[in-house]
Amino acid sequence: MRSDRGQSAPPGLKIAAAGGLLFLHLPILLIFVYAFTTEEKSFVWPPPGLTTQWFAVTWNRPDVWEALSLSVRVAAISTAVAMVLGTLCAAAVSRTRFFGRETISLLVILPIALPGIITGIALRSAFSLAEIPFSFWTIVLGHATFCVVVVYNNAVARFRRTSGSMIEASMDLGADGFQTFRHVVLPNIATALLAGGMLAFALSFDEVIVTTFTAGQQQTLPIWMLEELIRPRQRPVTNVVAMVVVLVTLLPILAAYYLTRDGDQIAGSGK
Amino acid sequence: MTIAALNSNPAPAILPGSGGLRGALSDLLWRKPSLLLLLMLLPPILWLGIVYIGSLFALLLQSFFSIDEFSGLINREFTLKTYGDLLQAANLDIILRTVTMAALVTLASAVIAFPIAYYATRYARGRWKALFYLGVMLPLWSSYLVKIYAWKLILAKEGILTWLLAKLHLLWLLDAWLSLPIVGGNSLSVSYTGTFIVFVYVWLPFMILPVQAALERVPGNLVEASSDLGASPGQTFRNVLFPLALPGIVAGSIFTFSLTLGDYIIPQIIGTSRLFIGQAVYSQQGTAGNIPLAAAFTVVPIVIMGFYLWGAKRMGAFDAL
Repeated sequence: MRSDRGQSAPPGLKIAAAGGLLFLHLPILLIFVYAFTTEEKSFVWPPPGLTTQWFAVTWNRPDVWEALSLSVRVAAISTAVAMVLGTLCAAAVSRTRFFGRETISLLVILPIALPGIITGIALRSAFSLAEIPFSFWTIVLGHATFCVVVVYNNAVARFRRTSGSMIEASMDLGADGFQTFRHVVLPNIATALLAGGMLAFALSFDEVIVTTFTAGQQQTLPIWMLEELIRPRQRPVTNVVAMVVVLVTLLPILAAYYLTRDGDQIAGSGK
Repeated sequence: MTIAALNSNPAPAILPGSGGLRGALSDLLWRKPSLLLLLMLLPPILWLGIVYIGSLFALLLQSFFSIDEFSGLINREFTLKTYGDLLQAANLDIILRTVTMAALVTLASAVIAFPIAYYATRYARGRWKALFYLGVMLPLWSSYLVKIYAWKLILAKEGILTWLLAKLHLLWLLDAWLSLPIVGGNSLSVSYTGTFIVFVYVWLPFMILPVQAALERVPGNLVEASSDLGASPGQTFRNVLFPLALPGIVAGSIFTFSLTLGDYIIPQIIGTSRLFIGQAVYSQQGTAGNIPLAAAFTVVPIVIMGFYLWGAKRMGAFDAL
């Protein structure tokens, strides 16, 4: 038991911490107000009036729906690929010690450790050297590459906590490797995988830097939004889409948090 | 009950072993763990090796090509001419501007992140601790473009910040700041100050999490011992907390520094017309069609981050990740 419990923080620290958190959250909340503004041409504050008409306008815009559908399809396939690759990698790295183990972790982390623009232009120049035309699959190729690390991180953390003796016990009781995987390993890592998958989905759904290099003329939702930011056509529609995007990414994040929460607290209590 | 009776009636929880090919394969993998390891590693290594490392090499290769200035075609012969172009004054300016911005953003993120991380580790308990965690995770995972867009709304001339300052009768402060030579401009949304604020905002959560992870490992009684021995809070911070949090700060700075070096969207939407490395890469490969120079430009952040990571590793920053 630590003796510092129940002490209250010095006021300066409280203010700095609260101020920092407000700085992180107020701008996002502002988006919610702007989605209802009656003002069309500028970003004037306070909004001259409030209306819900822009939701109907956005609903009837086919370009928004197309971009959304492409984003969801790309994110779904990339997440599936990343989950397979990330889990395999995590299993190999955490179960055994082998030569080059550190290199593997570095290889997985590299696509997000290096700036996105490098991944993007590298893929683009590879496509142009190999003369691969831009398609749905070129986007997926890029997204899956940097989504692997999210699944990998979640899976590695969980593998570290599940004890290897359970697998040996399962084998001792006569189960073969596949049965052990299906009935012992999978239930243990399932929530971590689900959490990793959700984060990977959110990452892919939101990605814009790599996508601008691998999409060609296709528009994912973030690319649609980038276009609107550079050359605005109908600002209120952008406001509404921004708000919806915030809400849509919120859900998988909260779900991922609740899925991994209990385990993390157990791990943290050992400190 | 005899042992024989027990054996003849195994518990239903134990599944029957599967024979045939599947069983044989399972046995083989159990007997040769290295084969299992190979099978597990092959798909990710093939994917990352071919798609990612292959692409990086393609990029590196292109940086040794050059562009024919008359025809605009890419000349596929080995040359260092493109790297020579990189050293022109205008391009060096871009590199210097980006690195300065990255350093300032990193510094500011560390200053803002520390109190949040420290409060969350030392004072927040139970429900509050979860709230702090989510309070950092949600902005981290919120849409990058939406965050930039929110700041465009805030920093616009007719936006909320001007309104707020007018209410507080502080508009003269904003005007004074905007009239300063380098950091100022027509409005905040077209100044370096604006770019700086948005960079700090967008990358701040990447700094908070590793700093918090590092602080979690500092036992609270170290801080108490320090004050028992007569140190002032400032001395405790300088001599105890800060050195122990440093690996976390360095780990966080890897993200803030690297992300700022490579970003081309933030300075394009909020900032001056002067280019950052990311924008230079983007315009060279896009409108200018000069892929070799774009490739050479990307080598700059790779080299900088290479040194940075090497230094960070020596400081033990990777343990705080």
